[in-house]
Amino acid sequence: MSDPVLSIRKLTKRFGGLTAVNAVSWDVYPGEVVALLGDNGAGKSTLIKCVSGVYQPSEGEIFFAGKQVHFSKPIDSRSAGIETIYQDLALANNLDVPANIFLGREVKHRYLGGLIRTLDERTMRSESQTALDALEIHFPTLTQPIESLSGGMRQAVAIARAVYWKARLMIMDEPTNNLGVPEQQKVLDLIRRLRDSGVPVILITHTLPDVFAVSDRLMVMHRGRKVTEKRTSDTNTEELVGYMVGVRDDTRAA
Amino acid sequence: MAVQPSEAAPPAGGRPAQLSPGKRFLVTVSGLWAWLFLALMILFFVVTVPVFSSATFVTVRNSQNILVAIVPIVLLGLGQTFVIISAGIDLSVGWVMSLGSVLSALAIRDSYNMGAPIWLAVILGLLAGALGGAAVGIINGTIIAKLKVPAFIVTLGTSFIVRGMALLMSENTTVIGLPDIRAYGNESLLYYVRGAGGGFYFLQRPQLATDQLRQLDRILPWPVVVTAVVVAIVMFILHRTQFGRHTYAIGGNLEAARRAGIPVDRRIIAIYALSAATAGIAGFLSTLQYTAGSAVIGDSLLLSSIAAVIIGGVSLFGGAGTIMGTVIGSLIIAVLTTGLVMLNVQAFWQFIVVGTVVIVAVLIDQSRDLIVGRNERGSET
Repeated sequence: MSDPVLSIRKLTKRFGGLTAVNAVSWDVYPGEVVALLGDNGAGKSTLIKCVSGVYQPSEGEIFFAGKQVHFSKPIDSRSAGIETIYQDLALANNLDVPANIFLGREVKHRYLGGLIRTLDERTMRSESQTALDALEIHFPTLTQPIESLSGGMRQAVAIARAVYWKARLMIMDEPTNNLGVPEQQKVLDLIRRLRDSGVPVILITHTLPDVFAVSDRLMVMHRGRKVTEKRTSDTNTEELVGYMVGVRDDTRAA
Repeated sequence: MAVQPSEAAPPAGGRPAQLSPGKRFLVTVSGLWAWLFLALMILFFVVTVPVFSSATFVTVRNSQNILVAIVPIVLLGLGQTFVIISAGIDLSVGWVMSLGSVLSALAIRDSYNMGAPIWLAVILGLLAGALGGAAVGIINGTIIAKLKVPAFIVTLGTSFIVRGMALLMSENTTVIGLPDIRAYGNESLLYYVRGAGGGFYFLQRPQLATDQLRQLDRILPWPVVVTAVVVAIVMFILHRTQFGRHTYAIGGNLEAARRAGIPVDRRIIAIYALSAATAGIAGFLSTLQYTAGSAVIGDSLLLSSIAAVIIGGVSLFGGAGTIMGTVIGSLIIAVLTTGLVMLNVQAFWQFIVVGTVVIVAVLIDQSRDLIVGRNERGSET
């Protein structure tokens, strides 16, 4: 296998006396979908928030694309190429698709030497169209507020935005939550397509069918520790539940 | 398989992306309802006013009176539109207008007394009103954005402070002793003299005998022209610039705006500064019109301006609205008020009618949201 995109070494995060993440080491490689599993409070969100710059690790190191990184703010990890899509998607539902894809990074016309700058709607629309086409996402129209779109379609907008801005690692938090079944399938398709285009995806979930549907590898956390790391094809639902509830533990056996 | 609008069965959490033609027609109509309402109202007064009095409703003079009357409501409403689209509220605009009136009157009087030519004194007055207002807005915005105090409370507090300051500076509610600035406040772009030997006069007021004065109409008085320019500028800012786009984004989803890297705090401060600056300009214009500064001029205007904004379709939840809507909302209020006066309806009825229109406007907006199945903003999954 090639070099890992993301490499976490003995990462620990404490909140006062509570150790939320305990000396976790983990690698994510290009072109794979890895699932991060665990019960509520297992520490998976905390681990991910250390990677996306929301929290700073108490101990341990993070390497991204071969270089050690210290993210003090979420924007730092984003500019390095790590896009995190949370359950709330971070979209402005009152704005249309191009406005959301270019939110905060609008393309502008410049007049009078940059003194007057107006939004370049046409460029943003055509670029958005290109980005959506690349992911084979089809919308009837781009110019209506996305609040009229379904949950799955908005999920697609969030993914397209991340891809357009050259995400090199995508972290998705429960992406199929609150979606109907057909929409879930479409989002999973999108995740596969992301992987095929070379963007690795970390999938945080406790929906086991999703794990078996799209992931190549998986890692399970329990009470802040990594209890196992496996190829998805080497395990089954029963075994995973055992790891998630703490009955099975590879580190203890060893 | 591509992600497409669910044609066959819309999933549980989803809504159909396409509306039926009938519904789309309804949405279009409800989007234009403010225009329709304005047109119907004018029609109503055109028909009824001659029945109840000897006057006609649509005259040059009457239309210009209405335009002059809406100047303060429009100006206060413009800034308020930005604030409410960003999901805030600015309760200080009325009394900031009073402060702007006092500050500009003081600037005009004192600079003139120190030897400045009148045109310079007037420009200094404009700057004093606009910048004095903006300073209040920057304080509002900073407390709201940085200290996370709700806008309602911050602007309520500053409005009292500003009122006190305006009263103190005016010394006795009114600043008098201004030089003759009627040429700026009461003159207009065009003049029209009715009757024989009449006609249009551009920029220059015709010399008329006293008995002819009743035949003189002032078309586009300066305050209206200034307001039109301000309307054009803020329309450009809201609908064509990044700042405007960010205003909508902040009102639509503050957290998303923050995560997208928008400098949210700076934007909020600028939004409140803009709101207070337009209120200050309104104060300056009233000083020109009355050749005096007044610390009470904006007393009754806060709620009228909010009413205009709401009638114009700006959502109090933030994220939606236009400048044109606010202008139309102001026009509706002014046409209503003028028309009722001409019908000899007792003035107190105006309040009852305007209040009803505000509620009906919101009901129409909500029914449109029901049709398109819009979600409650902020509670997205």
